[in-house]
Amino acid sequence: MLLIQCIYCGERDETEFDYGGEVREQRPLEPDNLSDNEWAEFLFSRANINGIHVEQWFHSGGCRQWFNLERNTYTNEITKVFNLKNQQIIRDKN
Amino acid sequence: MKSRLNTNNTYSLFSIIKSGFKKNSVLDISMSNKTPKKNYDVIVIGGGGHGMATAYYLAKNHGITNIAVVEKGLIGRGNTGRNTQVVRSNYLWTESSLLYEHSLKLWNNLSQDLNFNVMYTKRGVFSLAHSYQEARDVARRVTANKLNGIDSLYLTPKEIKEYMPIINISPTARYPIFGASLQKRGGTVHHDAVAWGFARRLNQIGIDIVQNCEVRNLIIKNNIVNGISTDKGDIFANKIAVAVAGSSTRFAEMGNFKLPIESHPLQAWVSEPIKPILNPVVMSNAVHAYVSQAEKGELVIGAGIDKYIGYSQRGSFNVIENATSAIIELFPAFSKVKLLRTWAGLVDVSPDACPIIGNTPVKNLYINCGWGTGGFKATPGSGYVFAHTIANDKPHILNEAFSLDRFASGKLIDEHGAAGVAH
Repeated sequence: MLLIQCIYCGERDETEFDYGGEVREQRPLEPDNLSDNEWAEFLFSRANINGIHVEQWFHSGGCRQWFNLERNTYTNEITKVFNLKNQQIIRDKN
Repeated sequence: MKSRLNTNNTYSLFSIIKSGFKKNSVLDISMSNKTPKKNYDVIVIGGGGHGMATAYYLAKNHGITNIAVVEKGLIGRGNTGRNTQVVRSNYLWTESSLLYEHSLKLWNNLSQDLNFNVMYTKRGVFSLAHSYQEARDVARRVTANKLNGIDSLYLTPKEIKEYMPIINISPTARYPIFGASLQKRGGTVHHDAVAWGFARRLNQIGIDIVQNCEVRNLIIKNNIVNGISTDKGDIFANKIAVAVAGSSTRFAEMGNFKLPIESHPLQAWVSEPIKPILNPVVMSNAVHAYVSQAEKGELVIGAGIDKYIGYSQRGSFNVIENATSAIIELFPAFSKVKLLRTWAGLVDVSPDACPIIGNTPVKNLYINCGWGTGGFKATPGSGYVFAHTIANDKPHILNEAFSLDRFASGKLIDEHGAAGVAH
């Protein structure tokens, strides 16, 4: 089980959290101007990285705040925790 | 080449006795480490069940035998040997039910085809409903199955109890049972036998299985692929087929296109062996768990995917705990049984829980991925239609709907609600 450090509550078990997928570029500002392929790419394509992955987590069973993590998807080691608003690094293992 | 395909040294009492006196293991044949030739007609990347089935049907149905199957690790070490062996075809939507039904029919004769007993056991697959709404959904799926010519039954709790007296159908149970679907032709196939059976057959046909050979890049010129560069040197071929499950995204990157795939851990575990107590496969979408009893007596239990993406081939313990506690609620008799071991596979999940089988934006490059948690049951069917797609450069009628461009056209096959959890 992952031990995740919430930026507000400290280290908690993975069961308290919901996974929110990879951190991605912003939603296109004018989706009407996109072609079907471009829209599909935004909607469905994923980087699906094997290695260092920046992802969103939600402390649903705690403070109910979103934040970002940097996790190695191969070793499951969590290396950085980010504040969502200003991307300030809260914790850096390195 | 055709003749080699037809030579079947069939089993007889005499051949079994004779084999007993010589060193003649399945492993010897399958583990033989081929050095790849320079040129092939087709290279199949990925030596899992789907990859080997693809090579087999390319030979059997399309007469192409100059094939290499390139495997990063060893045969039988990937998802083919990590799943829970369940086969069935009672999917909701027509596109998927026809594809899985085709596969189920191929399982029927696969032991004869491969001359290797894959131990297809029609023990029946139950899908339980734990609420009125779920009961209605299950009944709807049963009706949809019947319309597609697939055997499917709707059973009441009392009828379910007759099949498995140990199930808890009390209305006050933690997971009350309102009904279930039953596909009698569903059941289990021994997954290791599938890996060894295909590997042995490919060897007989003369298809090269190259193990411990990692593909580093695709050789693409003017958007046409004509080879792969591996740690055993460059290998060239007219057509390249990719059947690499959780590693699909990497190959899409090499081909400079994107896939709607996420790789997740999927866990399964077995108990200590106990005497025969549960004949059918029992699955429940609501509790994310399914259980069957293997021939050796172990209870084989599986769950849904771990929520985060991960390439580690291990998952989190809470998934095991949740599914096991649900199984014990359903079958209180299992509460004292000890777990023997747990493991995880690496599954490639698509947004609509349906596979992607077909052409890619790169010419002569074909992809077969996105099977998510339900790929094993489709092994022969997947290989059959993928081989057709490769040989004819266009999809078989059964996999037309499973093209990569369905994500742009919006014609998704939404199996998530119907089948996406417990495969």
